[in-house]
Amino acid sequence: MSIQLESGADPGRKIARKGSENKEVGQDRKEKTQGRAAALLVAPSLLVLAIVILYPVLNAIYMSFQQDEGLDPVTGSFVAGGFAGFANYIHWLFQQCETPTGAASCPPGTLGAQFWSATGVTFFFTVVTVFFETILGFWMAVIMARTFRGRSVLRAAVLVPWAIPTAVTAKLWFFIFAFDGIANTLFNTEILWTGSQGPAQAAIIIADVWKTTPFMALLILAGLQMIPAEVYEAAKVDGASAWQRFRLITLPLVKPALMVAILFRVLDALRMYDLPAIMTGGANGTTTLSILVVNQIRVGFNSAAALSTITFLIIFIVAFIFVRFLGANAVESASGGEKRKNK
Amino acid sequence: MSTSTANVQAHTAAAKSVARRRESWANTRTYISAAVIVVWCLLPFYWMIVTAFRDVGYTFDSTPFFTHVTWDNFKTAFSAEMGNHLDKALMNSLFISGVTTVVALLFGVFAAYALARLKFRGKFMVLGVVLGASMFPGVAIVTPLFQLFGNIGWIGSYQALIIPNISFVLPLTVYTLTSFFREMPWELEEAARIDGCTQGQAFRKIIMPLAAPAVFTTAILAFIASWNEYLIASILSNDATQTVTVAIARFAGSEPHQEPYTAVMAAGTVVTIPLVILVLIFQRKIVAGLTAGAVK
Repeated sequence: MSIQLESGADPGRKIARKGSENKEVGQDRKEKTQGRAAALLVAPSLLVLAIVILYPVLNAIYMSFQQDEGLDPVTGSFVAGGFAGFANYIHWLFQQCETPTGAASCPPGTLGAQFWSATGVTFFFTVVTVFFETILGFWMAVIMARTFRGRSVLRAAVLVPWAIPTAVTAKLWFFIFAFDGIANTLFNTEILWTGSQGPAQAAIIIADVWKTTPFMALLILAGLQMIPAEVYEAAKVDGASAWQRFRLITLPLVKPALMVAILFRVLDALRMYDLPAIMTGGANGTTTLSILVVNQIRVGFNSAAALSTITFLIIFIVAFIFVRFLGANAVESASGGEKRKNK
Repeated sequence: MSTSTANVQAHTAAAKSVARRRESWANTRTYISAAVIVVWCLLPFYWMIVTAFRDVGYTFDSTPFFTHVTWDNFKTAFSAEMGNHLDKALMNSLFISGVTTVVALLFGVFAAYALARLKFRGKFMVLGVVLGASMFPGVAIVTPLFQLFGNIGWIGSYQALIIPNISFVLPLTVYTLTSFFREMPWELEEAARIDGCTQGQAFRKIIMPLAAPAVFTTAILAFIASWNEYLIASILSNDATQTVTVAIARFAGSEPHQEPYTAVMAAGTVVTIPLVILVLIFQRKIVAGLTAGAVK
C-alpha cells in the first residue's frame, strides 16, 4: 500500500533534511513539536478504534481456535470446550463435520456445507452489482457533469436512493417484487421473485444497484469535474471524435477516482447483508458470507469467529489486490496527493 | 466576388444551423437521459409513499397515483397492540445515532485537524488505518462482541449498540473532516497567530467558526450512516432497544402470516422522509462530503 511507499520515501527525505540541517534547524524543531501535538490529537481516535475494532478482532482470532461447547448438532454427544487448533477453519474450508464415525463432509443443508456456495454467491453479487453500478454510475456522472437547466433537480433525485436506509430499501423492493406486486404487473409476468434462485438473485441485484449507483455516480462525477475543460477543447480542435475524447482523455484522467470508487463499492458489496437477509432471508442461493456468519453465531460462537475471520481475510486480500495491482490508492488520494509533493 | 462572399456566408450559416441543430439534439438527449435517471431514482420511492397512504384492501392496486387514501397504515405502524413500537424504535435510533455522532465528532475533529494541518511521521499510516477501519466488515466484530457483551449482560443495552457503531462512524468522520479541513483557508490561523493568539485561541476563535459547516456536514453523514445500520443492531438489540431498521425488518401486521406491505411502507416513509428532507436541504454539502477525499 502507500504505507510501503512512505517508508521507501523516508530515507530520501532524511538525507534531504540532513543536508539542510544548518539552514533549517527552526523548521526541524517546528516539525518535532508538531509531531508531539499531532500524536496527542490523533491518539484518542486511534485508541477508540483499537478498543472497538482491534480488540474484537484479536478476540475473534483467539475464539476461532477454541472449540464450541455444547451438544454436537450432528452426533448429539456433548463436546467440551478448549483448544481446537485449526478444527474450526478446517470445518469451514473443507466443509468437514464431526460424525460418530469421524470427520466427513457436512450433510447438505447444514451451515457447514455452505461455505463455498456462500463465498461464490458473495463474489457473484459483488462482481455483478459493481459491474452494473460502474456502467450506470458512469453514465449518470456524465449526464450530471453537463450544464443544463434543472441540473440541481437531477442531483437531488440521485441522492434519494442513497439516503434511504438499506433495510427500508429491502422492504420496498420486496414489495415491488411481491407476486402480486408492481414489477409483475408492469412486465406482465408471473414470477415468484423470491421463490427460486435466478429471480431472487436478480431482485437483490436490482435493489442493490438502485440503492448504491448514486454513490458511485457522485464519486465518478467528482473525478470528472477535476478534468479541465481546455483539454477537451484542445482535443476537439485537433479533430478527436467524441469516442476518442472519451477513451483517450476522460477514461485515463478519471481512472484514479474510478478505481477508488470501485474499491469502495467492492469492499462494501463483499460484506452485503441487509438486502438478502431481509428480502429472502438467505434462501434460494442468496446466502452471503455475512448471512452465514450471523446464522452461525446463534449455533456456536467460536466456529462463527473462525468464519468471520475467514471473511475478514477474504476482504483484506481483495483490498490488497486492488491497492497493490490495480492502483486504487485510496490513502494517497485521501491525503490530497501530498506524497507527490514530498517526492 | 460578391457571390463568393454570399456563398461563404451561406456556408457558414448552414454550418451554424447544423451545429445548432446538433447542439439542440445533444441537449434533448441530455434532458431525456436526465429524465430517465430522475424517474429511475424516484419512482420506487414514490411508490412507497403511494402505498403508504393506500387502503390495505388495495395493497396491490397498480394505479400510479394516490387512490384510496388513508392514514390507517401509519396507525398500524405505530400500533402497540400489534407489537409495532415504531415510536419507541424512532427514539432508540435517534438516541443511538445521536450519541454515536457526538462521540465520533468529539474524537474525530482533533484527529482530522492533526491529519490535515500538522506535519508528522506516520501520517500515511494513520490515514491508512482510518481508511481500512471504515472499510471493515461488521461481521468480523459482531461475533466476539456478541459473546463479550453476553458475558457482561450488555446485550440489548444502548452501549452495546453505540460502541460497534463508533467502529465505522469514527473512521468516516475522521476521513471526511480531514479532506474538508485541508480545503480551509488556514492562512487566517497564521494571521491570528501573528496578531498574538495562541494556537488554542486561533483554533477556537478563527478555525472553529470556519470549520462549523464542515463539521455539520460530517455530522449529517455520520448520523445517516449510524441511522441506517442494520446488521449489528439486529443481533445486539432486544425488543426495548431495537432501532428503526430492525423494527421495520420485523414488522407485524393485523393479519398473522401475511406481510403487512402497506404498514411497512408507511413505516418506511416515516423513517425516510426526514432523511430525504435533510439530504435535499444540504444537497451540495452532502455531495461534497461524500466525495471528499475520494478524489483530488
